[in-house]
Amino acid sequence: MRSIVLTKGVPDFSEGAVSFDEDGHLERGKTPTVMNPNDEFALQAALQTTVRHGGHVSGMSMGPPGYGEVLQEAMASVYTDDSYLLSDRELAASDTWATAITLSAGLETYQETVADIDLVFAGFKTADGETGQTGPQTCWAMEWPIVTHVIALDIDPDERTLRAKRLVEGDLDEIETVEAPLPCFVVTDPEFEPTYRTASHRLTHKALRSETEERAAEHDDHLTTWDHTDLNLDPDYIGLDGSPTIVSSVDPIPKAPSEREATMIDPHKGMSDVLETMQPYAAEAGE
Amino acid sequence: MTDDREHYEAVVVGCGPGGAAAAARLADHGVETLVLERGPEAGSKNVSGGLIYAEESAPYTLDDLFDGFREAATERPITDYYIHNVAGNSVKTYDLTDLHEHDTDWCDAVLRRDMDAWLETRVHEQTSETGGGVLTSVRVNGLLREHGEIVGVTCDELEPIEADLIVAADGVNSELARDAGLMDWAEPEEWFQGVKAVVDMAPDAIDDRFDIGPEEGTAHLFSGDLFEGVRGGGFLYTNADSLSIGTVFHLDSLVEQAAEPHELLDALLTHPLLAGWFKNEYHEREYAAKLVPDSKKVAHRRPYRDRLVLVGDAAGQMQAQGPIIKGMNHAVTAGALAADAFAATRGNADPAAPGRRYTELLDDSGTMAKLRPRRYDLARTIGERDAVTNAVERVLASPIGPLAVGNPIADRLLQRAYNSPFLVSMLPDTKTGYVSLPTLIAEAHGKTIHWESDIEPPTLEERIGDLTYDTDVGNPHIELRDESAEASGAAVTACPVSARDFGGGCYRTEAVKTNGTEETLVSLDTQPCVECGTCAIVADTEWEHPRGGKGVEYREG
Repeated sequence: MRSIVLTKGVPDFSEGAVSFDEDGHLERGKTPTVMNPNDEFALQAALQTTVRHGGHVSGMSMGPPGYGEVLQEAMASVYTDDSYLLSDRELAASDTWATAITLSAGLETYQETVADIDLVFAGFKTADGETGQTGPQTCWAMEWPIVTHVIALDIDPDERTLRAKRLVEGDLDEIETVEAPLPCFVVTDPEFEPTYRTASHRLTHKALRSETEERAAEHDDHLTTWDHTDLNLDPDYIGLDGSPTIVSSVDPIPKAPSEREATMIDPHKGMSDVLETMQPYAAEAGE
Repeated sequence: MTDDREHYEAVVVGCGPGGAAAAARLADHGVETLVLERGPEAGSKNVSGGLIYAEESAPYTLDDLFDGFREAATERPITDYYIHNVAGNSVKTYDLTDLHEHDTDWCDAVLRRDMDAWLETRVHEQTSETGGGVLTSVRVNGLLREHGEIVGVTCDELEPIEADLIVAADGVNSELARDAGLMDWAEPEEWFQGVKAVVDMAPDAIDDRFDIGPEEGTAHLFSGDLFEGVRGGGFLYTNADSLSIGTVFHLDSLVEQAAEPHELLDALLTHPLLAGWFKNEYHEREYAAKLVPDSKKVAHRRPYRDRLVLVGDAAGQMQAQGPIIKGMNHAVTAGALAADAFAATRGNADPAAPGRRYTELLDDSGTMAKLRPRRYDLARTIGERDAVTNAVERVLASPIGPLAVGNPIADRLLQRAYNSPFLVSMLPDTKTGYVSLPTLIAEAHGKTIHWESDIEPPTLEERIGDLTYDTDVGNPHIELRDESAEASGAAVTACPVSARDFGGGCYRTEAVKTNGTEETLVSLDTQPCVECGTCAIVADTEWEHPRGGKGVEYREG
């Protein structure tokens, strides 16, 4: 199985790492970039496929040259055999549409120059944009089937099909099983859990994990960077110029009041107490 | 054999020293070997007092099997060995280095997390080369049988696995040994319980206060009246930058006296003798507990059934006679011999051939004779009979006692007697050896210690709070079968993480009023459990280990 995992660098929103200015705007320069947390599940799904059926996993991302570290994190923390970074000044300020066009060009270029792809894995939403659009749009551009909200996955390499359990409406109480032909696009849900029920799978998993950690230490040797010419993309259709959506402004989410007052009402004295307590506030609101 | 089941030539359950030795030796023989360890890393479930011996007479030692073992995985070589006979503040010390060095090639203090984790890495490398490897966080929960015959293992995390050889190195609470009907958990008198504190001390402070060099280490044993008359003793071993201080008691004696193990440990920790070493600084890194089988009584003479062989604690191979405590070395020998037995009988159609050969090797190598000395068996028939014990106790308590023990000739003879492996192997497990005689020696010959101890050991609650747990919420691994005080009340005190009037432990008693009558019931919360197995013996429980990777995780061990 030949798998590609799409991943994205996002600001590290974890406590202590993230930095906001006085107006509540993210300070991008002071906040480190990390791999989008949801992408871990996509990587886990690709690793599970490789453990069970063998094969090759490539990480792919679009972003500035520094995003090589994001691909390195993907390699170190879960598993990839090599990394492909789509990086070019012309790609700056891409919206989800322009990103999808670029990523699909990356997948096409990969098919033409490296190998045919069986599976593309993507995580469920990025922690910064939270649009959930880029994966499906990329898939649309590839004209492949897509299975989203996947929580469990089984591949039949002989039949060249996959069978997946997916959440319907994101609800754990409603799970459907679907089948799709390969090549296929798979979006993993954060509920995805890889399963290894045999000793040989676990031993393979352990061996692959230790190999990928070693490989990640020399990540540059395994990283290929493609610019818009490698991808055969017209600069008018990518980056800011190729982005139909424009973010006009960003408003901080108002903070919830940090202190609240709770007054215990004696139930035996009934609603009159409640009314009496509420009265001053009602008067205030009426003014 | 079923086609769709996984099969390995050998499955080794547990990656402590016994399992590691078996696996390494199997890999040497080219055997495809899978090692299953229930901890998240080998050593995370293991505790020992802390001395590992390499005996001159042993066929295998850990540094034979693992190059660089002592440099990488042990704390300090033990070069001095003392026993302190204590009566109040009066202490008489005997130098037992001669006994310690008898048949000893080397002896090192160890901490199990570091040691076993190092072994795991080596074992994984070696077994990977013959088509296997080590898997952690996998709990083997029983034996796989076909037509009544043992053919493999079943696990919580994996599909059943078949094997030509199954090595149960799953420790003192071996679920496989029980499943095979080879061991039971019935009698408290067959077990010891040890509790231990690992205490911080800077390397140069250790060198200075114990008067040793940086490449030297010391062991101190303690017996006498500091443990409320409970049969057992204490120990202190020097690690690289910490001390292992603990107590080991006969479980039946703990139960009889309803003694609290953590309090007995505190009695040692706060004794003035230790104050001279602590200098009023005390920081406890970890509190731990473990059951220890008494090999004299339970070392299995034929530790196999079908394809299953038992090694180490799982087979009761833990030699504890007076001041000699040897367990890990025998587990190593047994593990390696089990592997050799399998290699020697490969191709034999009888599935029990390796087990039979292993039993012969245990006998031929002299291992079984160390675990179950004939001298002890002979001496025990009179020594542990109550009448004899009582008679000796009466003599020691009488005016003749101090006279007999107290003269200068007796003093010299006693030190010689303690140093005699021959005499030590006959020591009966009665109050006389542990309490009465040491107390009398200290009273007659001891020096009074004038230090005061200001040490305040952590409370049990703090000790539990400092331990690391990955609790398997909603899936307790122990169930109380009988919650009456008669059946299970002993666990409230004997459990090392429970105590009377303490609500934060595993076991507690509750007064329950029903229809006007009040009865005392025992209740259980397994969250603080350190998986020692004490309650499996002293209470009426359904006892299993937690699932792979769950439960307590020792950092020192």
